[in-house]
Amino acid sequence: MDLGRKFARQLADDPGIDRVIGVDVLPPRADLGKAQFVRADIRNPVIAKVIAREKVDTVVHMSVIASPGPAGGRTSMKELNVIGTMQLLAACQGAQSLEHLVVKSSTSFYGASSKDPAMFTESMGPKRHASTGFTKDVYEVESYVRGFMRRRPDVSVTMIRAANHLGPSVTSVLSSYFRLAVIPTVLGFDARMQFLHESDLLEVLRRVSLDPVPGTFNVAGDGVLMLSQAIRRLGKPSVPVPGFAVGSLGSVLKRAGLSDFSSEQVNFLTYGRGVDTTRMREVLGFEPRYDTAATFADFATSLGSGLLSEARISAAESLVTQTLGVRRG
Amino acid sequence: MADAEVIPLGTRGAPGRGTGRAKPSASSRSLAAGATKPAPAARKKPKPQVAPKPKRATTPPAAAAAPPDAPGIPAEEWAEATVEAAKELFGPSWERGFAEFLAYLRRRLTGDYVVDEFGFDAEFTQRFVTTMLRPIAEKWFRIEVKGAENIPADGGALIVSNHSGTIPIDGLMVGAMAHRETGRFIRPLGADLVFRLPIVSELARLGGATLACNEDAERMLRMGELVAVWPEGFKGIGKPFADRYKLQRFGRGGFVSAAIRTQVPIIPTSVVGAEEIYPLVGNIPSLARLLGIPYVPITPFFPLLGPLGLIPLPSKWLIEFGEPVRTDAYDAAAADDPMLVFNVTDQVRETIQQTLYKLLMERPNVFG
Repeated sequence: MDLGRKFARQLADDPGIDRVIGVDVLPPRADLGKAQFVRADIRNPVIAKVIAREKVDTVVHMSVIASPGPAGGRTSMKELNVIGTMQLLAACQGAQSLEHLVVKSSTSFYGASSKDPAMFTESMGPKRHASTGFTKDVYEVESYVRGFMRRRPDVSVTMIRAANHLGPSVTSVLSSYFRLAVIPTVLGFDARMQFLHESDLLEVLRRVSLDPVPGTFNVAGDGVLMLSQAIRRLGKPSVPVPGFAVGSLGSVLKRAGLSDFSSEQVNFLTYGRGVDTTRMREVLGFEPRYDTAATFADFATSLGSGLLSEARISAAESLVTQTLGVRRG
Repeated sequence: MADAEVIPLGTRGAPGRGTGRAKPSASSRSLAAGATKPAPAARKKPKPQVAPKPKRATTPPAAAAAPPDAPGIPAEEWAEATVEAAKELFGPSWERGFAEFLAYLRRRLTGDYVVDEFGFDAEFTQRFVTTMLRPIAEKWFRIEVKGAENIPADGGALIVSNHSGTIPIDGLMVGAMAHRETGRFIRPLGADLVFRLPIVSELARLGGATLACNEDAERMLRMGELVAVWPEGFKGIGKPFADRYKLQRFGRGGFVSAAIRTQVPIIPTSVVGAEEIYPLVGNIPSLARLLGIPYVPITPFFPLLGPLGLIPLPSKWLIEFGEPVRTDAYDAAAADDPMLVFNVTDQVRETIQQTLYKLLMERPNVFG
């Protein structure tokens, strides 16, 4: 949620950029550095005035949100995502100064189902179309962006489909899930997951904002972690819940304000998702500094050691081997 | 009909056509692992045994840990009992075995292992195959393997096999035998039902399977994996016992186009014996529809004997890995030529069907 502020601040510190203007409904929670802030709602035409008045040449759209959060319910989330994007694109279409558009999309675009290929490439679409939720929003946002590309072929458009980003200070649907004391999982399923470190996400956005490469790119850390493996690395206990009960458990957790269990989140925790990052490497020339495992390890440091931490299990192993006089394997 | 023209199907004598001769053709010999077949990974295992330490050296720390007059059984005796149990379980070299097992347990519990992008966990699969599947294959089904030299020692290859037995145990056995003979793990392609079912889906990914779709098949073959596919699918595995050893339709030939696109050899594999493990004599279609699965099997023992009916009959198995059908003679564009794809599909199917008949003749009787 703080991603926009961090990104604006990072750009403002770059000597190659004259001016950075952040636009959001809510004022930033911390210092923006040299970046200016305009409090505006992208759901109404004010945004067009900002773009025109400031002669903006690059627009970075980062406000496709995965959970309603403080914005309210699903309705306002959808409004912010879809209507907001439409307004922003309408403003961009009218702005003659515009040369470059960067959209931060998400690998949620591909959804998650039992019919998925192991790794999605950029040319594939979702195997099962979502009827609601974030996945649908992302899909619609991307289709509006494609429409914009047709109408303004002179603008270079870069779409970054980022995997779930994690980091010590990230607050997201997934991070709050991993912060639960006892983590519910879907019985009999183990999801493959890819993570992207927050700093890598900021870096790739910075890179494509300064050095435009048109196209759509999956961005994710190397390697895959299974959900069960990730939970074990946190040293937390997990409770397998049968698939049919996950929904009702989810709504209890949601009401308690602990975690968000929307249907696409449940699908993701059931089937997982993997994306192919060949284009990121070869066309974009970007190499994330953290791989999936390192990203998760860095995130785990912010959580402290759990009940079944590595140290405790290792100590238990030493105790057994010592008692029996066996050399440790 | 007397002057009917004989139209040769398939590769028209190009490399890889099953010639029926006992010896493999020159083209396939270059593909096969050959005489310098590496010893299976598992057999490399026996390392110089560490001489068991004298037991006296082991007890003092434990004895020191326990207070001298603690009530109940002293820790010393616990340790001794555990040592005895470990000896029973792991044999004379129990120390190493036990320590390795503990270390394995620790790695599992702390998530300290690596899975590939398909979710394949080599360490887990190695243990599962050698400790569970191989004994079943060797002791219960007494599997005889032929033509293991046709599996390339490295590089991508596509095993295409017949499918039977109500429950896909034949897939597990082909995997266990390929691993015993070559040390390679097969990467099975499964129907999407496999990934929809709880527990099954978890184990499938862990064991190296992925969804049977062109994207995944080609990806795995390009990575140089030994991919296995059962193109008959549910039509094969769920066919009634009366239709045993009659190959069903071979899907839409997607496996052939994947092999041609990635230029890997196809290894036609015939499994005899799996048909008899659960003779399927009936089906409950209404219940199957309710559960969303292709069939609910009735065998002579299931559901009559309850869980006992789930024990597979100990039929005698023969597995033959046939001579590879080479695809590198075609260019990648050939994968989009449906006629060619159908021809190769038919060739592979026919090879498997003929080998099935041959193996059936060789087998003295079902349990022989």
